[in-house]
Amino acid sequence: MTANGWLQFAVYSMVLLATVKPVGAYMARVLEGESTWLDPVLRPCERLIYKLSGVKSDKEMNWREYAGSLLGFSAVSLLFTYVIERLQAYLPFNPQHLANVGPDLAWNTAASFTTNTNWQSYTPESTMSYLTEMAGLVTHNFYSATIGIVVAVALIRGIKRTRSGVIGNFWVDATRTLLYILVPACILYALALVAMGVPQNMHAYTVAHLLEQPNPAQPALTQTIGQGPVASQEAIKMLGTNGGGFFNANSAHPYENPTPFSNFLEMLSIFIIPAGLTYTLGRMTGSPGHGWAVFAAMFVLFTAGFAVCYWAESHPYNAIHGAAQAGSATAPAGNMEGKEVRFGIAGSSLFATITTDASCGAVNAMHDSFTPLGGMVPLANIMLGEVVFGGVGSGLYGMLIFVVLSVFIAGLMVGRTPEYLGKKIESFDVKMSMLYSLIFPFIILSLTAAFVLSPGIGLSSLNNPGPHGLSEILYAFTSGAGNNGSAFAGLNANTWWYNVMLGWDMLIGRFLMMIPVLALAGNLAQKKSVPPSPGTFPVNTALFAVLLVGTVLILGALTFFPALSLGPVLEHLLLKAGQLF
Amino acid sequence: MHSTAVMNPAQKTQAEASGDVSAGHSVWGTSIRFTIVTVLLLGLGYPFLLTGLAELVFPHRANGSLVVRNGRVIGSELIAQSFTSDRYFHPRPSAAGNGYDATSSGGSNLAQSNAKLAQRIQADIDKLQQQNPGKSVPIDMVTTSGSGLDPDITPDNAYYQASRVARARGLSENAVRVLIARHIEDRTLGLLGEPRVNVLELNLDLDNLSK
Repeated sequence: MTANGWLQFAVYSMVLLATVKPVGAYMARVLEGESTWLDPVLRPCERLIYKLSGVKSDKEMNWREYAGSLLGFSAVSLLFTYVIERLQAYLPFNPQHLANVGPDLAWNTAASFTTNTNWQSYTPESTMSYLTEMAGLVTHNFYSATIGIVVAVALIRGIKRTRSGVIGNFWVDATRTLLYILVPACILYALALVAMGVPQNMHAYTVAHLLEQPNPAQPALTQTIGQGPVASQEAIKMLGTNGGGFFNANSAHPYENPTPFSNFLEMLSIFIIPAGLTYTLGRMTGSPGHGWAVFAAMFVLFTAGFAVCYWAESHPYNAIHGAAQAGSATAPAGNMEGKEVRFGIAGSSLFATITTDASCGAVNAMHDSFTPLGGMVPLANIMLGEVVFGGVGSGLYGMLIFVVLSVFIAGLMVGRTPEYLGKKIESFDVKMSMLYSLIFPFIILSLTAAFVLSPGIGLSSLNNPGPHGLSEILYAFTSGAGNNGSAFAGLNANTWWYNVMLGWDMLIGRFLMMIPVLALAGNLAQKKSVPPSPGTFPVNTALFAVLLVGTVLILGALTFFPALSLGPVLEHLLLKAGQLF
Repeated sequence: MHSTAVMNPAQKTQAEASGDVSAGHSVWGTSIRFTIVTVLLLGLGYPFLLTGLAELVFPHRANGSLVVRNGRVIGSELIAQSFTSDRYFHPRPSAAGNGYDATSSGGSNLAQSNAKLAQRIQADIDKLQQQNPGKSVPIDMVTTSGSGLDPDITPDNAYYQASRVARARGLSENAVRVLIARHIEDRTLGLLGEPRVNVLELNLDLDNLSK
C-alpha cells in the first residue's frame, strides 16, 4: 500500500461527498414533479411521450398496479431484446456480419440486461451487432436504472405518505427519471469520455498493419481493432450501475477506460446517483439527518471494503512470484495479474470495491486473478446485498430493508413497537423485509450447491481448480442474484445450463425482491403517522448508523460465512502455506 | 383499498391531485407503446446523436485514436500490439485471444492459487534473468493485463528493456534511456493512476531515432 493509493481514495471520497447534496436535491425535485431548469426543453418531450404511450399522467397507482406496470414493461422489453438478438444477422447496423445469437445465450443476455445485472456470458465485440448493442442493450441500461430509481422513490413515498392508497405513477416516474436525469447526464458524460479516448462511431472494425513486420516477404501482420458506438453505452453503463461492457474486458479495455482520469470519472459515476439518493431520502421524508445517517453507514462499509481489498492486492503470496514483487517509486508492489498499468493496484482495488458495493459489475481488472482475500471483498460486497450506496435505487431500497430490520431489532431491545419516521413497523412490514432478505441467499446457495454437485454441468466450466473453483461458481450465482454482473470470469458460463439458470437467478434476484419492497411501500403509505415519543429510536444519529452497519454485517456474515470459508478463506490459508492447485 | 387522503398540507405530492386509485392504464398496451417510443429515443436517437457530436468535436478520438504512418493505419495509440524483435520495446504479455487480439479482449483469469500461473510467471522470470543477470524483474513484465491490450508498461519495465534495444540498434544505452524519460507519463494531476510509458509511441519515436 502506498500513501498515494490512500490519497486517491481520500480525494475520491471528498469529491463524492461534494456531489451528494446537489445531486440528491435535484433528483428529489424531478421525482416530486417540481419544475427544473430543463423544463423549457424537456416538458414538451415529456408530454409527447405520455401521449404516444397512452400514459395518464395525472393518475396515481396503488402498489399492485405499480408493480404490475413495472413487470409488464420489463417483460415486453425483455422479449424485444431477445428478438433483436435472435434476428441481428438480418437487421441493419451489423458491419461485422455477426451471426444471430443462440437461444440460451439470447435469453441469458435479455434477462441479464433487463435486471440491471449485465452479466455477459459472451465476448461482445465478436457476438453482438451495433444494433443489438444500441437498441437491445443500451435501452435496457436506461430502463433497468430507471426502474431501480422509481422503486426506491415509491418506497420513500410510502414512508412519507399517510393514509394514502397510492404510491405514484410508474410511467410518470420512469419518464421523468429518463428525461430529466439519465439522458442529459449521459450525453455530457459520453462526450467527456470521447474526449479522453473512448470511440464513438458506426464503422466496421479497423484493420491495422503492424509497425513491426519481421518478415517483409510474408503477408503483412495485421491487427483487427474492434470499435463501435462505445461512449454512448459506456456512459449509461456506469451511471446506471449496469456494468455490461461493449468489450469483453469491460472497463479494463483501453477503449472503455483509456486514462486514470476516465477511471476516476467512471468510479464516481457508479456512486453518484446512489449516494445522492440518500440525500433524496432525507429531503423527501423531511428528515435530512436520517439521509446522512444512512450515508454514513454506507461510507463506513465502503472504507472497510477498500482497506481489505487494497491491503490484500498489495501483499501477494510468496508461493507465486515473491521475488519479483518488490515495488519501486515507479512500479507499485503487488499482484498485477489481470490489472492495467495505468490504474495500478490502488485504482484497481478501488474500482473493484465500488463496482460491487453498487450493483454495477463493470470491472477494470480481472477479479478472478485477485488474491483470495482481495477477491473475497467484491464477493462479500455483493453478498451483503449491494447496499453500500448500491445500485441506482436498488441500493437505497435494499438498505431501507435493513433500516426496517434495524429499528425492529432496536424495538425488541427496549420492548416497544418499533417506529420508523413516524410509521409503526408491524408484522406485515417485517415479513416483507424478511422475505426480501431470505430470497437472496436462498437462490444463491441452492443454485451454487446444485452446480457444484454436478460435474458435467457445473464443474466442467471451471477455469481454476481447488477452492477457487468453488469461488468461481459461488461468485457467478451471487453476482446474478445480486444483479451485479461482475464475474470470476474464468468460469465458462456460456453453456446451456449456466445461461438458463443464471437467467432465472437474475430475474428472481431482481423482481421477486422488488415485489416485497413495493408491498412494503404500499403498506407504509396507508398507515397513519404517530408523533415521536421518548421511546422512539431516533434514526438520524451515529448510534443508528452503527446499528445499521451491525445489522448488515451480521445478517450477511451469518448467511454466507460457511460458503466463504470453503472458498476464498480456505484458498488463502492454503496459499499462505505454499499450496498451489 | 383506497382511503381518503388526509395529508399534511406541507406535503406536496401528486397523490393530492389524484383522487382516483385506478390509473386506468392497460399494462400491456402502455408497455408496448412505451417500449417502442423509448427504443427510438434511447436505442437509436441517443447513440446517433452522440456519434454525430463526437465526430464533429473529437474526430480523432471518436474513431479510435488511430495512428497513421505513410497513409496507412498502423494501430491505435490506445491498443497494445505485438512486438517481438529485440529492436523494439515489448508490451506486457497478453491473454487476449492468441495474444493482442483486439476483437477478443480479456485477461488470463488464472487464480493466484493456480499452479499454471505460478509456473508461467516463474518461467518468464527465469528467462529474463538469464539474459539480464542480477536485474530484478518488474512485475508488470511477467503478468498479463486485464484487457490483454494494455498499451502501457511501467517506467521500470521500459528501463529494463533499454540495454537490449540499444544493443540491437547500435545506439548508446543512454540515448535510449533519455528517450524513455521523455515518454514517461506521470500520474494525472500528480495523483491519479500510475506512471506509465506508451509502448507504441515509444517505438515510433525509436524508429525516428534510428531506422
